[in-house]
Amino acid sequence: MRGEPQGRKWSGRAVVLLPCVWLVVFFLTPFVIVLKISLSQTALAQPPYSPVFDLSAGWAGFLDFARQLSLESFRLLFTDLIYLLSYLKSLQVAAISTLILVLVGYPFAYGIARAPRGWQPLLVMALVLPFWTSFLIRVYAWINILQRDGLLNDVLMRLHIVDVPLIWLSSDTAIYIGIVYSYLPFMVLPLYAALEKMDESLLEAAADLGCPRWKTFWLVVVPLSLPGAAAGALLCFIPIVGEFVIPDLLGGSETLMIGQTLWTEFFANRDWPVASAIAVTLLALLLVPMLFYERLQQRSLEGGR
Amino acid sequence: MADGGQAAQEPVSIEKPPLVRFEAVTKRFGSVVAVETLSLDIKHGEFFALLGPSGCGKTTLLRTLAGFEAPTEGRILLDGEDIVPVQPHRRPVNMMFQSYALFPHLSVEGNIGFGLRQENVARAEIADRIAEMLVLVRLQGFGGRRIDQLSGGQRQRVALARALIKRPRVLLLDEPLAALDKQLRAETQFELMELQRKLGTTFVIVTHDQEEAMIIADRIAVMDRGRLMQVAAPAEIYERPNSRWVAGFIGETTMIEGRLGPDSNIESVLGCMRVAGSSNARSGDKVWLALRPEKISMTAERPNEGLNAVAGTVSEIGYRGDMSVYKILLSDRSVMKVALTNVSARGETPFSLHDLIWLSWPPEVGVVLTE
Amino acid sequence: MRRGASLFNIVSVAIGLAFLYLPISILVIYSFNASRLVTVWGGWSLTWYRELLNDTAILQAAWISLRVAALSATAATILGTLAAVALVRLGSFRGRLLFSGMVYAPLVMPEVITGLSLLLLFVAFNVDRGFWTIAIAHTTLTMCFVTVIVQSRLIGFDRSLEEAAMDLGCPPLKTFLTITLPLIAPAIAAGWMLAFTLSLDDLVIASFTTGPGATTLPIRIYSEVRLGVKPEINAVCTIMIAIVAAGTVVASLITKGGAARRQREALGAQV
Repeated sequence: MRGEPQGRKWSGRAVVLLPCVWLVVFFLTPFVIVLKISLSQTALAQPPYSPVFDLSAGWAGFLDFARQLSLESFRLLFTDLIYLLSYLKSLQVAAISTLILVLVGYPFAYGIARAPRGWQPLLVMALVLPFWTSFLIRVYAWINILQRDGLLNDVLMRLHIVDVPLIWLSSDTAIYIGIVYSYLPFMVLPLYAALEKMDESLLEAAADLGCPRWKTFWLVVVPLSLPGAAAGALLCFIPIVGEFVIPDLLGGSETLMIGQTLWTEFFANRDWPVASAIAVTLLALLLVPMLFYERLQQRSLEGGR
Repeated sequence: MADGGQAAQEPVSIEKPPLVRFEAVTKRFGSVVAVETLSLDIKHGEFFALLGPSGCGKTTLLRTLAGFEAPTEGRILLDGEDIVPVQPHRRPVNMMFQSYALFPHLSVEGNIGFGLRQENVARAEIADRIAEMLVLVRLQGFGGRRIDQLSGGQRQRVALARALIKRPRVLLLDEPLAALDKQLRAETQFELMELQRKLGTTFVIVTHDQEEAMIIADRIAVMDRGRLMQVAAPAEIYERPNSRWVAGFIGETTMIEGRLGPDSNIESVLGCMRVAGSSNARSGDKVWLALRPEKISMTAERPNEGLNAVAGTVSEIGYRGDMSVYKILLSDRSVMKVALTNVSARGETPFSLHDLIWLSWPPEVGVVLTE
Repeated sequence: MRRGASLFNIVSVAIGLAFLYLPISILVIYSFNASRLVTVWGGWSLTWYRELLNDTAILQAAWISLRVAALSATAATILGTLAAVALVRLGSFRGRLLFSGMVYAPLVMPEVITGLSLLLLFVAFNVDRGFWTIAIAHTTLTMCFVTVIVQSRLIGFDRSLEEAAMDLGCPPLKTFLTITLPLIAPAIAAGWMLAFTLSLDDLVIASFTTGPGATTLPIRIYSEVRLGVKPEINAVCTIMIAIVAAGTVVASLITKGGAARRQREALGAQV
């Protein structure tokens, strides 16, 4: 703006500066380092990779360092079947879970949105409250229920539905249950927000023009709440791909999800380069959905004016 | 007077220089031009109104004076000094916002005294001046109340007190009466006028309500699409609009199209009209004669020679209580509006639908417009 | 969207809530179960709570978790609020896209990636891992959640209040501190609470960035759980649920007071 004193511009810069510096140091730089280590080789040393970047070695040192980088870890990822299967499984689990979450979450969110005005904050609170208790606790609670001598089998046997206790844990089913359970608020909340904002007069107009209630849902409500559903779906899908705790506690030891693979490579095998390579590939895989999510987020926040 | 063009204002008076002067101010928002090369003077101690339809730029202009928008081009002089580079919190100008913008977390006293606390005025003096203000806006005893406990009219008075307590050079009012109902609005209009007279502060009000502007203001600037159409006292604007647009915007009017003849007559389809008074139209120019409905007489017989007259039939009667507005269908199928005061206490109107009547007016009454 | 819930709506909400609360309620109930086994009800007992009090490892871990959470939540709130202000008020500045990308990425990024990258950073710069590295990691993770909440509050904020303050002589910075900040305080508080909870709750990132002597509660619980179900864990979980529930009730009472006030304000404006 013409004639505006310089002070305003500088105070603006100061506001951005602090979070920006923090993020560059603790968010961007780590990624560069991960990339660098993914290009390194395992070594029996502390830290367990080589080459180690030595600033004091100067330019020659840097060139020497660059020469030692290799794509060995990445080659391993693409050739060894374990990793490919792990990625595929993660994507599969994430896709199916997200689908289940949408199917389960929609009626839930819609029900809350249709509730009487005074009830809605209470219902949202009830939805969110479990989320405020420990994530670990909630997964752990399912172990209690799903274990061999757990509650589910107990009930099933009492009702004579089965004679022998079933194996629920250490299976993909358990993983799905755990994921849907833990991520439900992340799906319902954005959906509810979108449904709640909907203009009631649109539904009345549809009814006035002869549309029965169920049809109005499909023709009016669903299309208009699609951005909310998309936001919720992405908010769930992306982190689920990299999930570790739930498959680790509830899943079996056949194919591991990629989060587990990364953990194993890092902590059990002490293979930092491969773990880093897994992380880099995972990030590359998720980049497009993440960008998409961010676009949705910005648009919805600005559209809310 | 009726000269049209951009800087349509009265000649600058020889006494005091203006308090506020807008010099060729332009404000653009991207590709939208909100205010276009606007020049305007506002005098010391006057109650000035910015009037126009929504989107005409009046609020934008007000905000440039307050400092919340910076002009893309041009200068704004306050007492001869360019205030454009001065930030809003340093300008001796205060604003009463349309939404009142009262601080919800402060009490009435807290709100009113806010400006003085920024000036580091002594506590005791602040308390005194707040008390003074509460009396002025008739809110004695309300000091401790919270904002959410006040009615709309009370909030408005707090907003006014808050803006006035700093004794600004100019008080800006952004559609202050828009949220009030008709009754309250009328009362408040007179209160504002009284207040302004008592304090002698220059008030600049933005409004889209032309009646309000005419009642309240000493001078009005009529704006349309970022440009000044006419700046003059209310009577001048009403009786001597400088264009068809202004004539149509303020009050009701009938336009008769014609050509100016050599002897100050207008040749039109309805006959030859005599006009008195000067205009800058030349013989042979296409002109419009603007007539106000209350200046036209309605008679059953043809009036005498001195008056302009046309014949017609009553096509519609609108009863308004104090007046009746008649729509008269003329020979060229055009419609003329006539307003008659309802003097009869029995609610009868002197004419009925489909009556054949004569409309007449003296030559001095019409305004000749060239645009 | 309120014209009356159908039976289907009511049933969906009921089933949904039951699904959410069932496992937790079971957990709570069985923490009072005298018997070790989930299938056998041994009567009401506080045994496990007593054992819990003797379990210094868990208590220590809880203490560390609380301190990390408080510290990182505060730091995250400050940084997140600044980021929100920058995103809402500074319009389009150079690098805005990159900045907002950095701020929002942790929202969706898998924690294993964030945890790994931070650990590698600390190793590369030879920083000893422990309490402080976990705190830094949690701050980075939870900052974006604060930003989301504060940003959405700022977007709806009535700017004419700030203009009025400046018009009355208050410089812009002072206006922000004395007018804007108090009025968006509930959003900032909500952000703090969310950041606190997320930190208290986090397992993956803490595991990556922890060091000797800095075992957080989730890490502790996790290591116990891997070995099988221990009833003391039920007790710990119940206590945590109780604390969170109590905190939420208190918070909602406070905000309800504020909401009631705001409702009265809104009604008053129509008079």
